[in-house]
Amino acid sequence: MDDTMLIRTEGLVKDYPMGADKLRALDHVDLTFRKGEFAGLVGPSGSGKTTLLNILGSLDAPTEGSAEVLGLRIETLTHARAAELRSRSIGFIFQTFNLLPVYTVFENVEFPLLLLRVPPAERKKAVMEVLERVGLADRAGSRPAQLSGGQSQRVAIARAVVKEPKLVLADEPTANLDAANSHKILDIMEGLNRDLGTTFIFATHDEKVIRHIRRKIVLVDGKVAADEATP
Amino acid sequence: MIIPRLALRNILGGRLRTWLNVLVLSFSYVAIVLFQGLYRGMDEQVSRFKIESEYGGGQYWQGGYDALDPLSVESGHAALPPALGRLVEKGRATAVLIAQGTLYPGGRVMLVQIKGIDPGQKIVVLPTALLAGNGANGDIPALIGERMAKSSGLGVGDTVTLRWREAGGSFNALDVRVAEVVSSPNPGIDVGQVWLALDKLRELTRMPGEASLVILARDTAERPEVPGWSYKSLDYLLSDIKAVVKSKSVGSTIFYTLLLLLAMLAIFDTQVLSIFRRRREIGMLMAMGMTRRAVVWLFTLEGALHGVLAALLAALYGTPLALLLVRNGWALPKGTDGYGMALGDKLFPVYGAGLVLGTAFLVLTVTTVVSYLPTRRISKLKPTDALRGRTS
Repeated sequence: MDDTMLIRTEGLVKDYPMGADKLRALDHVDLTFRKGEFAGLVGPSGSGKTTLLNILGSLDAPTEGSAEVLGLRIETLTHARAAELRSRSIGFIFQTFNLLPVYTVFENVEFPLLLLRVPPAERKKAVMEVLERVGLADRAGSRPAQLSGGQSQRVAIARAVVKEPKLVLADEPTANLDAANSHKILDIMEGLNRDLGTTFIFATHDEKVIRHIRRKIVLVDGKVAADEATP
Repeated sequence: MIIPRLALRNILGGRLRTWLNVLVLSFSYVAIVLFQGLYRGMDEQVSRFKIESEYGGGQYWQGGYDALDPLSVESGHAALPPALGRLVEKGRATAVLIAQGTLYPGGRVMLVQIKGIDPGQKIVVLPTALLAGNGANGDIPALIGERMAKSSGLGVGDTVTLRWREAGGSFNALDVRVAEVVSSPNPGIDVGQVWLALDKLRELTRMPGEASLVILARDTAERPEVPGWSYKSLDYLLSDIKAVVKSKSVGSTIFYTLLLLLAMLAIFDTQVLSIFRRRREIGMLMAMGMTRRAVVWLFTLEGALHGVLAALLAALYGTPLALLLVRNGWALPKGTDGYGMALGDKLFPVYGAGLVLGTAFLVLTVTTVVSYLPTRRISKLKPTDALRGRTS
């Protein structure tokens, strides 16, 4: 892989057992992603978007084929090595925000840095900077239950990018948000992509997201049906 | 340090559920420590009373004498051997002669053991000095215990006819005067017993220089081999008492085992529910880079911290309670008379660091194991399933 290459999949297959049969979620997917991309996996439900995102995030392993992420082959990683890869280099954003309910906004965003054992002063600085960036510095002491959906997703974004990962994987990040909040968080992510060079890959079928991405990969029945740059 | 911090934060976030579990668990701590302290106190208290008033530092029994066999009294006596005689002369021991007798208080007949003891002895705590000499009317001074006084209806200054059997087998009788009613928590020197001066009893029974047993002073290290006499150590003499205390202690463990089980059930349920409700959180923790092992450790520690918080809460209300009991004792109900043991009116518990730390170790270990068991499910959980709120 050259220096600009971030991800490469070759002949990626993922089967799920369905009783005696199996369901093929990904069918020989060959893709590459370069650093700094703002790309989307697009397709209907069941097309394999989330499955591919999970494999790229080392949350799951392929049945066949190879997925190389940041120079590491996902299919060969142990559980501990996969956890280390996620901890250091990958941020996740989910549809349901998945904030830790007993922590404040500050503590939720701080969490990935705690796992990386970043010193307290650096942690505080990094957390406040990223909260500033997503417009929630004044809500640092609030609990997730006190936030709106849009605010919660902005906290999730801050948490995903606070450790300055090379890759952020966002699974339907706007599905629970209204149009205004969706555009707001997409603008934030575009800004982070532009300013920090973070690679964003979305799994989505939301037109609002599709309008923001610069590369659209269409998945149908687990196969890449189209891979095109968007205007 | 991150996982302990997270665990503490998470269980404090559990609010009422956490504190209910902690409260129930703290009852277990307090119950175990209080009850074990009471039984330990009972053991020490009974042993002390028995040693002070009856056993001294151990006893020598004449070969035919057996304290548990009343029929052995008739033959269980012999001349005091020189080796034991020397200890008595040095004030390191005191001899006791026991004879069967009959008391006739108010026209009733009571079988008694007549015990002769040196009025000048300092080995056991009994007002034996009152046994010296004869009364103004020539009657013989005698000591009886409170229980004996109650059952016979006798009081200080009362005169009562005592009949005994002499060495030759013939019966004789005379009046004895109650010089003192001894108040002792030890029924072993009281019930069915009349104490006379040793020389007087030897004279009455025509057993000069004889004894049934010899009580050693508490700090006597000498244990001479004496043919025809057997040495009974304190371990032997107190073994029945320790067995009774132990059986009572074991009985009480059923109570706090139930209490502990209740607390453990609550913690187990909390853990199962917590893992079920927090699947997405578990998935997110894994997505952020925590290993399954770290998540298992986090949830186990959350459960175990219930034990730590319970220990702190138990210390908060249990310490004043324990100190109150140590200071004022546990009043025994009237009429129980120490459940047949030398207990006294009040039971004073004894707590030690070993008891408290041992209890804390026991409860924390059980809590940790119970907390760990449900978390094994996490080690099989796939991050992708957890993130969807499913169990693998």
